[in-house]
Amino acid sequence: MFDYASLRIIWWLLLGLLLIGFAIMDGFDLGIGMLLYRITKNNDERRIVLNTIGPVWEGNQAWLILGAGAIFAAWPMLYAISFSGFYFVMLLILTALILRPLGFKYRSKIDNTSWRLVWDGALFFAGLIPALCFGIAIGNVLLGVPFYFDESLRAFYTGSLLSLLNPFALLCGLVSVSMLSMHGAVYLTIKTKDIIQQRAIKSVYLFVILTIIFFALAGFWIAYDFRGYALTSNINIEGPSNPLYKLVAPQLGAWLNNYNRYPWFIGAPAAGFLGALATAILTVFRRYIFAWICSAISISGIIATVGLSMFPFILPSSTYPNMSLMVWDTSSSQLTLLIMLIATIIFLPLIIVYTSWVYYILRGKITHDYIEKNKLSVY
Amino acid sequence: MINLDVVQLSRLQFALTAMFHFIFVPLTLGMSTLLGIMETVYVMTGRKIWRDMTQFWGVLFGINFAMGVATGITMEFQFGTNWAYYSHYVGDVFGVPLAIEGMMAFFLEGTFIGLFFFGWDRLSKNAHLMVTWLVAIGSSFSALWILIANGWMQHPVGAFFDFQTMRMEVTDFSKIVFNPVAQAKFVHTISAGYVTGSIFVLAISAYYLLRGRNIELAKRSMTVAAAFGLASALSVVVLGDESGYLVTLNQKMKIAAMEGMWQTEKPPASISVIGFPDQQQHVTRYAIKIPYVLGLIATRSISTPLLGIDDLVEQAQTKIYNGIRAYTALQQLIHNPQDQIAQHNLRLDANDLGYALLLKRYTNNVVDATPQQIKAAAWDTVPNVAPIFWSFRIMVACGIFFILLFATAFVLSSRHQLHNRLFLWIAFLSLPLPWIAAELGWFVAEHGRQPWVIEGILPTFLGTSSLSANSLFTSLTGFGIFYTLLTGIEIYLMAKYIRLGPEYMLGKSEHR
Repeated sequence: MFDYASLRIIWWLLLGLLLIGFAIMDGFDLGIGMLLYRITKNNDERRIVLNTIGPVWEGNQAWLILGAGAIFAAWPMLYAISFSGFYFVMLLILTALILRPLGFKYRSKIDNTSWRLVWDGALFFAGLIPALCFGIAIGNVLLGVPFYFDESLRAFYTGSLLSLLNPFALLCGLVSVSMLSMHGAVYLTIKTKDIIQQRAIKSVYLFVILTIIFFALAGFWIAYDFRGYALTSNINIEGPSNPLYKLVAPQLGAWLNNYNRYPWFIGAPAAGFLGALATAILTVFRRYIFAWICSAISISGIIATVGLSMFPFILPSSTYPNMSLMVWDTSSSQLTLLIMLIATIIFLPLIIVYTSWVYYILRGKITHDYIEKNKLSVY
Repeated sequence: MINLDVVQLSRLQFALTAMFHFIFVPLTLGMSTLLGIMETVYVMTGRKIWRDMTQFWGVLFGINFAMGVATGITMEFQFGTNWAYYSHYVGDVFGVPLAIEGMMAFFLEGTFIGLFFFGWDRLSKNAHLMVTWLVAIGSSFSALWILIANGWMQHPVGAFFDFQTMRMEVTDFSKIVFNPVAQAKFVHTISAGYVTGSIFVLAISAYYLLRGRNIELAKRSMTVAAAFGLASALSVVVLGDESGYLVTLNQKMKIAAMEGMWQTEKPPASISVIGFPDQQQHVTRYAIKIPYVLGLIATRSISTPLLGIDDLVEQAQTKIYNGIRAYTALQQLIHNPQDQIAQHNLRLDANDLGYALLLKRYTNNVVDATPQQIKAAAWDTVPNVAPIFWSFRIMVACGIFFILLFATAFVLSSRHQLHNRLFLWIAFLSLPLPWIAAELGWFVAEHGRQPWVIEGILPTFLGTSSLSANSLFTSLTGFGIFYTLLTGIEIYLMAKYIRLGPEYMLGKSEHR
């Protein structure tokens, strides 16, 4: 049942699931940070918007923490190379993530306009930077990044910060920013009313269109003019994790191969497009909760597209393709994957249950009266 | 070859970010539990002042919690960003408790903390009480798993070195979870957190009583802090003793360094209460010793010797020779993984492979190391004794002081004499002490572990990422400035809201 190859596939799927979970649950927090200046024009409105996510954003962020922890536990080589290779991008993301809890908590603790200005700026920055940078990171993963190993499997990353900011990766950054802004805007249509809700609705339409456009552009680019990677030797899918024992070659259009072998993979990008479209349509009909679900489906589809296109590659090396990281030779040991799977089966359903309970308790719209009544305790 | 500047800067950065993180975490651990206690009294008695106390201390808790979260994310990322080879070499083992910490603790804490602040009007008394306790339990679970991870660094059980993947891999997860070092460390650390929370509440309450404000709230807060603090202070000292015993069993060099023990004494060894360890001359000067005490508490026997640093270096030298054999076998296996003899040879000396890695500081080849290099590497196993020696003693002194302070508070409280001004001043001025004790304690644990990042398995200098010194300078300086600024803001807000007091936060003014 749980042979090494199966566990590797399961953990590849779970990694995707956790990253999708992060995008769906913390994505709208990031989106709302990015929308802060668009949707609110004064302090009262800002407080309303911030308090739609105030009580839940920290639990949402746990998806990111878990995602990083799962990468470490299940794919330690990926964790090591990507975190150290993308050093300054990671530091930038970290700066944003550090400012977030402080922005929420400290913003309204002093009744001073300049003080609030600074923290609102921090919250905007804290929404934009992670959204943008995760997209840029994914774009670079699709392109492959320059790294190699010595015989003790010490990794050497030879790229620069600038090489990460290439046009394709920036486009992926725009996809990420658009889809998370779309998601944040939809969430606001559920939790606010009157003028704020109206502005949120307009943002939904804008970012649905942008998501579709940018995603399509990235898709065409990958389909018509993109160097992917393909395995050119045998590989023991049950063997020990060592990336030095296989051969890989760059290949134009390789990222489309999986769609030929498994035609149903096309469901992922389809969900990306159709989900976004449905979000807009359902918003017109004022079914905001269903719109949020479709927005979540769209995000899932977009992220899944990346994974499915690249499978079984995880992180290709653009300079030493043979040393690319693959599902079959980068995972943790069989025992570790099994332990982690059992832990996940126990805790993930529990997490979903109590998270749902919290959202249920907090149901309803955030209004001006609510803020007034709880001035001293809300954000 | 390894860039030693990068190593030093990476270590400095990790120490800096960890110590900043540990300013906020112990207070979160302690205060979350105190909030649970106070709210339990509210729910059980129905007396509104206990709810006011929970909400007031909750505001201060929140200001602190945000910084704990913020600085914590850095730690999780930093293994990957700055310790990439470490992450590869032990990630199969080390990553598991970290991921479980995320699933079991961070989600619990993060999900329910929102309801703690925002759910008073939406939840029944019992439901909100449950929420508060879940936050407290979540933060303690967090400590559990990270200390299981750290415990494994100090005493790496339940794992083996796999030459096919060039890393450590799990063989027995239950050994890792129930590692006695981890268990003792866990209870010791959460107790330290509970002491920190208790001192904080005690000191701030003392401030209010000295000012004659919020008397009812302050007295009750002090009583809870005194009782909880006393239990925690006793726990931290007892588990400190247990931790010391486990160090004596598993990290002999560390205990020798902590005690400035250069030569092995006839058992039971004496303790140097104070002294001045000299790293060059291998002697501890002007030591004031008490006979027998160290031998009794560290080895819990009268006949087991406590090995001195000089003897341990001899042992290390032997291990290095063993390790060279293992390393030779490993090199053969890299070229021919099927080599049965090499596999056998590696297995024989696998435990000492790490000692051979110490030689990489002098020669990348390892097998061609000269006797001088081997001797030098053996001496590298000695950490910097004086800072560890003194940090340990200051921490222990604080621990004893906490027991006395809480016991005094407890007695005064039961006699309704909490207004004693001498006591109140001492309580107030004790505020910084738990932080000093906690940071010094963690320093002893980690600096005492050097030169190892995983004891006996991986030297610290081999664990870093392949980054440039410039990158490290930038990030180190960045963290230094950024964290100092944010901590300053946090302290400013804390002070402001303490001065404003419960009257402001609860919109009332009749709390005299």
